[in-house]
Amino acid sequence: MTTQPYLKFEQIGMSFRRGQMATEVLRDVNLRIERGEFVSMIGHSGCGKSTLLNILGGLLKSTSGEVFLEGKVVDEPGPDRAIVFQNHSLLPWLTVYGNIAIAVDKVFGGSQGKGKTKAERHDWVMHNLELVQMAQAKDKRPHEVSGGMKQRVGIARALAMQPKVLLMDEPFGALDALTRAHLQDSVMEIHSKLGNTVLMITHDVDEAVLLSDRVVMMTNGPAATIGEILPINLARPRRRLELATDAEYARCRAAVLEFLYARHRVPARAA
Amino acid sequence: MQAAAKVAVSVANAVPVPESSAEIVTFRPPVRPAVERAMGIARHVVSVVLPPLIVLSVTLFVWQLLCSEPGARLPPPTKVVSDAWDFIADPFYDNGGIDKGAFWQISKSLGRVAIGFSLAAVVGIALGVLVGQSTWAMRGLDPIFQVLRTVPPLAWLPLSLAGFRHADPSALFVIFITSIWPIIINTSVGVRNIPQDYRNVASVIRLSWWEVFYKITLPATVPYIFTGLRIGVGLSWLAIVAAEMLIGGVGIGFFIWDAWNSSRISDIIVALVYIGIVGFLLDKLIATVGHFVSHGVSAQ
Repeated sequence: MTTQPYLKFEQIGMSFRRGQMATEVLRDVNLRIERGEFVSMIGHSGCGKSTLLNILGGLLKSTSGEVFLEGKVVDEPGPDRAIVFQNHSLLPWLTVYGNIAIAVDKVFGGSQGKGKTKAERHDWVMHNLELVQMAQAKDKRPHEVSGGMKQRVGIARALAMQPKVLLMDEPFGALDALTRAHLQDSVMEIHSKLGNTVLMITHDVDEAVLLSDRVVMMTNGPAATIGEILPINLARPRRRLELATDAEYARCRAAVLEFLYARHRVPARAA
Repeated sequence: MQAAAKVAVSVANAVPVPESSAEIVTFRPPVRPAVERAMGIARHVVSVVLPPLIVLSVTLFVWQLLCSEPGARLPPPTKVVSDAWDFIADPFYDNGGIDKGAFWQISKSLGRVAIGFSLAAVVGIALGVLVGQSTWAMRGLDPIFQVLRTVPPLAWLPLSLAGFRHADPSALFVIFITSIWPIIINTSVGVRNIPQDYRNVASVIRLSWWEVFYKITLPATVPYIFTGLRIGVGLSWLAIVAAEMLIGGVGIGFFIWDAWNSSRISDIIVALVYIGIVGFLLDKLIATVGHFVSHGVSAQ
């Protein structure tokens, strides 16, 4: 039992079929993630990282191989693998509060093991809004708040499901640099407070090194796989200002850059 | 503190901005006197009301000129008002039979539209969701819909008379069958255009089939549904007037036909104006309801 990892990708392969043409996106992806780890996945566009995340999320079914979470095979979407989507995916007709309540009511409503009373559910929604500093905007609708605030709500919605693994699909990709930095700090703070297991996809080398315990680097598609895994041995809490001059940070950053731009440069056709 | 300072220095040679010595001037918003504000509102009202008023008066004037000479086939506006004055002045009279005031005629027609259109809305939205969600239903039903929707409303009337054997249900059926197509088609387009993101959210939190329907599908489709309803209500108002001419009885449609048979041309013209105004109000009603129901959805 001790050798069983918390989350395990085993020989994942994925090909999409369109008529006679089959495109192999992923081949032989193996990865183990321990409880409480923050792992990010980086690679050029089209390397299949989102596909891998969607397989873990249960939104896609892998062609071969299996994903195990706590020893159980993952084969459908579920709140134990909550996803923070790149474009926030808030429901525009619900308020900020309503967007979280719809998930909380479904996951913790009813009389199953996780059942909570109405008052408890309300408190839980507010607790998660406070966690992302959005409690004051609870009655606003998504189109009335900024992009960064929408993504905060998206994060709160995912956290409110108390997932075993939090999946983040380029969560800050659509935000400006300053807002992104704010949210990264928030995510680090929440991660240190709650100790979630997180798998994050990113395009941003600094983001990957700053936030992660390990950075998984993907080779280019088609038939992409994991090229290298870089452990980031930086003490937490991490502060971006201090890290700017930290030798270990610079070394990690250089290693990722070297992987992406020297060894696995995108072929000219894909540019 | 010292560490932070050292970092700042090594990162960039920042030049401190000298403290600003500019004097702060506050601007007080000018207080506009009440008279001026009232003038502003008045100017706005005039700019909105005046153009249609001018066009209307010119039209009436030309009409008056064209129809004033003796032997004109249509009455001029002044004659319309004097001829039809009974009809205009007392919309609530009821002399028994089909001899009733404008209010009763129009409310009878509106009642028919309300029933036929409500049925069309319920069935149309349900079918639209089905066609939007299921590829098989779409392939099977869409060609049939595309053909049937081009059938003119009145062409259905003989068939429905044959089926129902009564005038009233036949009229309701004509309204139903006329207004259902845009509702079905717009609803199905709306359902097909629900972003995949919303479906992903629904499957991650494991909403049941029914919860997906009323928590995601319906609210996400509301703007499309109301577009369909607006077109549908317009069409059903068109259809009822035509259908009533044929089925007879009380109703603004047969009122026009009856007026034609007894050569009351002025009554026809007044009735046309009423029909136009009611149709306009119906459209605005559905648009307003849609606006309130779909708050926020279209403003992403």
